[in-house]
Amino acid sequence: MTHSSLTDIFKLSVEAALGQPLASAQSSRRSFLKLSGAGLVLGLAAPQLDGPALAAPAANGLAADAFVRIAPDNTVTVIIKHLDKGQGAATGLATLVAEELDAGWAQIKTEFAPSDPVRYKNLAFGIQGVGGSSGLSNSYEQYRRAGATARAMIVAAAAKEWGVAVREVVVSNGVVSIKSGKTATLGAMADAAAKQAVPSKVTLKTPDKFVFIGKAFPRVDSRAKTNGTAKFTFDLQMPDMLVAVMARPPKFGATVASYYATAAEKTPGVVAVVKVPQGVAVLAKSTWAAIKGRDALKVSWDESKAETRSTADIIGAYKALLDKPGTSARKDGDAEAALAKAAKVVSADFEFPYLAHAPMETLDCVVRSTGSSAEVWTGSQMQTLDHGAACSVLGLKPEAVQLHTVWAGGSFGRRAITNSHFVAEACEIAKAYGKPVPIKVIWTREDDIKGGYYRPIYLHRVRAGLDTAGNVVAWHHRIVGQSILAGTPFEGQMVKGGIDATSVEGASTLPYAIPNLSVELHSVTIGVPVLWWRSVGATHTAHATEHMMDLLAKEAGKDPVAFRLALLKDKPRHAGALKLAAEKAGWGSPVPPGTTRGVALHESFQSYVAQIADVALKPDGSFKVVRVVSAIDCGIAVNPDVVHAQMEGGIGFGLGAALRGEITLKGGNVEQANFDTYAPLRMSDMPKVESYIVPSAEAPTGVGEPGTPVVLPAVANALFSATGQRTLRLPMTKQIYKGT
Amino acid sequence: MAITVTINGEARKIEAAPDTPLLWVIRDELGLTGTKFGCGAALCGACSVHLDGEVVRSCQILAQDVDGRSVTTIEGARDKIALAVKAAWNKLDVAQCGYCQSGQIMSAIGLLSQIAKPTDDDIDKAMDGNVCRCCTYHRIRAAIHEAAHAI
Repeated sequence: MTHSSLTDIFKLSVEAALGQPLASAQSSRRSFLKLSGAGLVLGLAAPQLDGPALAAPAANGLAADAFVRIAPDNTVTVIIKHLDKGQGAATGLATLVAEELDAGWAQIKTEFAPSDPVRYKNLAFGIQGVGGSSGLSNSYEQYRRAGATARAMIVAAAAKEWGVAVREVVVSNGVVSIKSGKTATLGAMADAAAKQAVPSKVTLKTPDKFVFIGKAFPRVDSRAKTNGTAKFTFDLQMPDMLVAVMARPPKFGATVASYYATAAEKTPGVVAVVKVPQGVAVLAKSTWAAIKGRDALKVSWDESKAETRSTADIIGAYKALLDKPGTSARKDGDAEAALAKAAKVVSADFEFPYLAHAPMETLDCVVRSTGSSAEVWTGSQMQTLDHGAACSVLGLKPEAVQLHTVWAGGSFGRRAITNSHFVAEACEIAKAYGKPVPIKVIWTREDDIKGGYYRPIYLHRVRAGLDTAGNVVAWHHRIVGQSILAGTPFEGQMVKGGIDATSVEGASTLPYAIPNLSVELHSVTIGVPVLWWRSVGATHTAHATEHMMDLLAKEAGKDPVAFRLALLKDKPRHAGALKLAAEKAGWGSPVPPGTTRGVALHESFQSYVAQIADVALKPDGSFKVVRVVSAIDCGIAVNPDVVHAQMEGGIGFGLGAALRGEITLKGGNVEQANFDTYAPLRMSDMPKVESYIVPSAEAPTGVGEPGTPVVLPAVANALFSATGQRTLRLPMTKQIYKGT
Repeated sequence: MAITVTINGEARKIEAAPDTPLLWVIRDELGLTGTKFGCGAALCGACSVHLDGEVVRSCQILAQDVDGRSVTTIEGARDKIALAVKAAWNKLDVAQCGYCQSGQIMSAIGLLSQIAKPTDDDIDKAMDGNVCRCCTYHRIRAAIHEAAHAI
């Protein structure tokens, strides 16, 4: 998920949805909304749109323009422009404001921003939304400036009130003071601050002055998430609310031919059955009635345009393509010629399955439409797209539709959906029902697992050559798979020269100094909807490249860490992460009996992650990953504990897929349905994780995704080291590892 | 059917179809949304509550079977062990998305009620039925040890 491509996708999508061009992504014209009597509110004012403003401030318009609100009761509310689905966006963005405002952590509260692609856009995308691990990095200066501006106005107000020079006013831990002993809280000074001139320029702290950034302190959402009060979309309950559950086609691309609703309608609690373009929905007064009603529906599907192939057929077709040259994604030197002259050639074919995201909170969306206006509540990861989809389906102008972002129970990519299909579907159901009551559309786990939008199947063939001294002289890498962006309305613009960057990233960006390197791609069209899955291209390219590196190191008779470092002389950040992990893991020292050790290194989203896995081999050929040492260079770690949490969780998420993750199709039908057949990582599978951060003064980069793809090759390399067996086909449970 | 159930210490009369899973009684009828739906098939533990003091998956318990019994949900878990577990969860910032954590906490309270100082193996056995897709297992394990120590 590269930033430039996302920007383009989003702009196009929004323009398509709204029928108007989106203003260029500028936020240079700054002004501040000031309100007396209610404390201080500030934010970046909107540049002019060519059309009407997208999100009209609602009744609580106080927050609609703002990043920071300081109330007379001394609460500091930070408006969070991005969805928090567990990655810590609310904590991270609040930290940036608290830092420059010199607030006390206990007085900080957070609130999700309304949909507004101008004020709340992702500065890396140009519209509101988060993905590609960009939430913190794009906000790093913006939210600090908001905090610094509020602080400057507080200071000016205190100086005026106390009759001292501005430089004599100190703000620390939420307390404003001067040497004479006068003190006030931020809240007490907020009304006066709102009357001060907005500074045209603020100076941000130098890192040596940081109080919050780089320090460990608690998340803003822990308490609500441990006492049951945090509200997810699934938890929203409103007067007269109906719950809807939908019958969707069993094969991708099928449509409703006919349906028989009598049994469903007779189910106690069921209120209505409606047909929409996506399927047939049962609306009921309770969740259980809606589920039972849906189960009682009889739907005949028109499968004439459906995808009816099995995954075995798809993989067979891909294998044939591995033998044919693809479209070039990178070409340095002449890999084929160098391979022909190499002293040794190592070749490996890799196979990666479809993967579902399976967030704990299944997809859900609440819509209340009166016909002339509407409100939508969901864990919206791409607010501008979801907002646009709701407007498009309901036939309403953007200012007539309010989108509320709600805490989301995970995403891993699933809620970052370019066609906003689940929001559009919920709006279709509301439109078809036609009454102005709130309707909560929920997906069951089976709906989720069978619902598509998978990480695509990919096949790789890597051939690499060594010279007689064990130097890598050639690398030829061919990838076959569906394009995540093809089949969307943006294919024409986004898949340039036959290359979807999300299919090859990590391979086309191979960091090792290899003189002859070719990367080729075959993009295949299949009727199975696909989507980015935590760490996107790296989910497969990290394994193919890093497992290959160990195969080559062995062939060259070299230590895997030293072998890599020798090829990273111009890549200090890659090398830095690798050295730190090696040092902390005790690389080179003996491993515990019955244990084997492996290493891998991969950059994604501008963060550099090295991991070393200790794997216990069992006599039956199964194994358990017992310890993973992880090192990340993510620039400045705004909250190191959140970074560690993302590494721990990312390792678990990657390991779960490596061990057992696989979606298969038979005759077009998905064979998995729930957590028994699509088996997630569980407690007993989880290794001990030791996470380290490379000290850095560079700007912050992503942490949500880069920890995920590295564990798979690290584990595979450990197993290769002990058994000589390669891990070429995922998931790993398909293989028995026995060897020396 | 009319059902009387003690929920978090309070006797409540509710009207529900006999085959309604307890999960939906708790959420839809009683309005307690801390208990989550994750799979509907006892495969993930997100709906874990205590029924007469035992950890159960509320998606598999029918309304007709809870008449006259006592249910504790995350909102009502307030005894010494529960408070220690919640405090440990907070102290270690276990939650990421947080959606599964009510169920994790109810299972952890159940474990510590049975075994005061669980080993890692005890934790594996007691907690393997609770899925966390954010994979916060590393901190869940640490928080259970922390809570055991605090009690």
